[in-house]
Amino acid sequence: MIPVDYYIILSAILFTIGVLGVLIRRNALIIFMSIELMLNAANLAIVAFGSVIQNFSGQIFVFFVIAVAAAEVAVGLALIVEIFRTKKTIDVDQMSSMKG
Amino acid sequence: MLFSESVNTGFLFLAPWLVFFPVIGLLINAAFGHKFSERTIGAVASVASGAAFAASVLLAVTVSGAHGEAMRWRLAEWIHVGSLNLDWTFRVDSLSTTMMLVVSGVGTLIHIYAIGYMHEDVRFKSDPGRFRRFFVYLNLFIAAMMILVSGDSYLMLFIGWEGVGLCSYLLVGFWYELDLLGRPSWANSNAGNKAFIANRVGDWGFLIASFLIFYTFGSLQFDAVFAKVHEVNEGLIVAITLFLLIGVTGKSAQIPLYVWLPDAMAGPTPVSALIHAATMVTAGVYLITRSAPLYSAVPEAQHIVSLVGAVTALFAATIATGQYDIKKVLAYSTISQLGFMVAAVGMGAYVAGMFHLITHAFFKALLFLSAGSVILGMERGHHHAEHAHHHEEAKGKRKIGKKKVESGGHDAHDDHASTGHGEVFDPGDMRNMGGLRKTMPVTFWVYIIGMVALSGLPPFAGFWSKDEILLDASRHSQVVYWLLTIAAFFTAFYMGRQIWMVFFGEARHEAAEHAEESPRVITVPLMILAGLSVLGGLLNLPFDGFHNLGHWLEHTIGEVEALGLNLQVAGISTVLAALAILISWFIYGRKPMAKNQNDPLESLGILFKGMNGKWYIDELYGFLVVTPYKTISHFLAEVIDWRFWHDWFHEKVLMATYNWVSEIGLNLYADQKGIDAFANGLGAWSQNLSAALRKVQNGFVRSYALSILLGVVLILGYLLIK
Repeated sequence: MIPVDYYIILSAILFTIGVLGVLIRRNALIIFMSIELMLNAANLAIVAFGSVIQNFSGQIFVFFVIAVAAAEVAVGLALIVEIFRTKKTIDVDQMSSMKG
Repeated sequence: MLFSESVNTGFLFLAPWLVFFPVIGLLINAAFGHKFSERTIGAVASVASGAAFAASVLLAVTVSGAHGEAMRWRLAEWIHVGSLNLDWTFRVDSLSTTMMLVVSGVGTLIHIYAIGYMHEDVRFKSDPGRFRRFFVYLNLFIAAMMILVSGDSYLMLFIGWEGVGLCSYLLVGFWYELDLLGRPSWANSNAGNKAFIANRVGDWGFLIASFLIFYTFGSLQFDAVFAKVHEVNEGLIVAITLFLLIGVTGKSAQIPLYVWLPDAMAGPTPVSALIHAATMVTAGVYLITRSAPLYSAVPEAQHIVSLVGAVTALFAATIATGQYDIKKVLAYSTISQLGFMVAAVGMGAYVAGMFHLITHAFFKALLFLSAGSVILGMERGHHHAEHAHHHEEAKGKRKIGKKKVESGGHDAHDDHASTGHGEVFDPGDMRNMGGLRKTMPVTFWVYIIGMVALSGLPPFAGFWSKDEILLDASRHSQVVYWLLTIAAFFTAFYMGRQIWMVFFGEARHEAAEHAEESPRVITVPLMILAGLSVLGGLLNLPFDGFHNLGHWLEHTIGEVEALGLNLQVAGISTVLAALAILISWFIYGRKPMAKNQNDPLESLGILFKGMNGKWYIDELYGFLVVTPYKTISHFLAEVIDWRFWHDWFHEKVLMATYNWVSEIGLNLYADQKGIDAFANGLGAWSQNLSAALRKVQNGFVRSYALSILLGVVLILGYLLIK
């Protein structure tokens, strides 16, 4: 039995990579992927804790997260496509027309 | 209760109707008069006054049925404050019914006369709308006079006292914007003001006396006051009686406040007869008679009262001798006769005073109304003459106008004559008259009767009443007696002078030449009054068994010594009166005044000037009172009010302070630097803040993400540390 610590550490590493990806990368698709990475890091942590406390609610929760993530991807990708059509780029730094 | 009372007390329930009848009359005329004809208006007013007379007669019957017992009719609760309990109570006793009979009786005759007089007057001055107003005022006067004589307390008497004063003011200034000839002038309105203001001084005295009475006796009701007369300090009663005397000098035109009465002749002649001769001016005499228990308690005050009356009697009689205006002569004669009455009641001869009051009401009303008839006749004659001249050449008219100016220029003190217009004709100026006995025979004969009655020749009414006063005076005070006797001499003289000037000789003016007799509505009341002037003496003849008035009044004012005929006193006064008329005939009758001839009395020089100029009392009062008063008023208005208060205090102090406070203090500091600065600062601050915060919204998605991360770290850190 792998101790839960390893899952948590892996989850934290994945989350951190996701955060760094969002903060550092300018490509909208990459940022999107990083967000997915963070969601999955969270999922990993949830199922890990769920197995520790011997409860299915963690797994059920994860299913919801996956479903929501799928919906988010659908919406997000549609937005990116639309942005690309207007701006001819998917560099998020170029999308600053609403700055104060 | 009402029914049972009316059974026990006869017609006492009519007492309030003395006031209600005239009030109903005036309300009908005031509300519907515009739809009535002149006859109807006059009839309504006369019937209202006549109903009051009928009520007075029934009340007198009731009083005599009750053996002169004083009766009261309580109409309504009035004032109940602290210890002051006053009801609206009518007092019906022999004294008040006597006054009621005189007021409503003479008043009704004058109402009827006024229908004829005012008919011509309003047409002459081309304002027929005032006919109704005149009768409304006249009825109001009757109502107020009834309140005065029937009041059961000093306060109710005062209400009537002020009411008649108001009516006097309204009626003196009846033609407030026109003079005698219908030209624009404020003389009448000034005369009204003078009457009102002079009376104000008197009313002040009355008020102070009323306050003192309440202070001393704790009541204003007559019986309650008189019951305690001997329990209180005599000095207080002296003060009360003397303050009352001030009121009397105002209302009854005695020295020093008599000056308003001659000017009050500016009112229409029926007013002069009713208010300023027969009734209102006798209110002072009534007041003293009513307060008899107070006056009888203090002989010093009585002496002052009789002296004031006697001096006034002589003083006014001398002025009457020097007047040219027919009504002014009668006005001063009224003052003089009022002096007789005041002197009489001052001596405690209340019956004699009331007797003279009644007979004087008859013959003086007669004389005034006849004088009004003479004036109307002169106006008709003038109108007639004017009309004739319209067909003549302008040249002739101018000449006549010039002549009139000259004739009017004689008398600088006469208000009417000296107005200085081109066409000056004064229908009341006796110098314009003459020979009227042929053109106005009825007026002539009734005037003769009035003149003889006033002069005090037996057996006319004036002789008996005046003789009674003189007899009382001869027993009380030689000074008063001789003053009054000389006044009686002057009375006969100026009346003789008037008769010769007005009715005898030849016409001195074309108006007198064309004068016409007055209609019956005017002459019939004159004849009735003439009859009363002849027979009035029967009320109280100085023979045993004939002291009717004395016995009648003694129920109210106590036992009065009934005097017989003193041949010495009666003889002296009769001889003097006859002598005076003879002298007047010698001066004016033997060789009548010609046109534009000066008065023969002018040879008396300064003496006549004084009499003609009313001894310059008006000028003296003008110098002593009116001019300083006006100067002070002008000073107060111009300097204190305008320059000090308005220009300096308001403009400089108040307005400048206000401006300074509002401009510097409020506008600059409070508003601009306070409120505005706060509001603007708030705006600027939020602008600055938002400008700073705007920088955060840089549009870079990644920096937003970083903020979210930092926020999450902070929250989590906080949660962990906690």
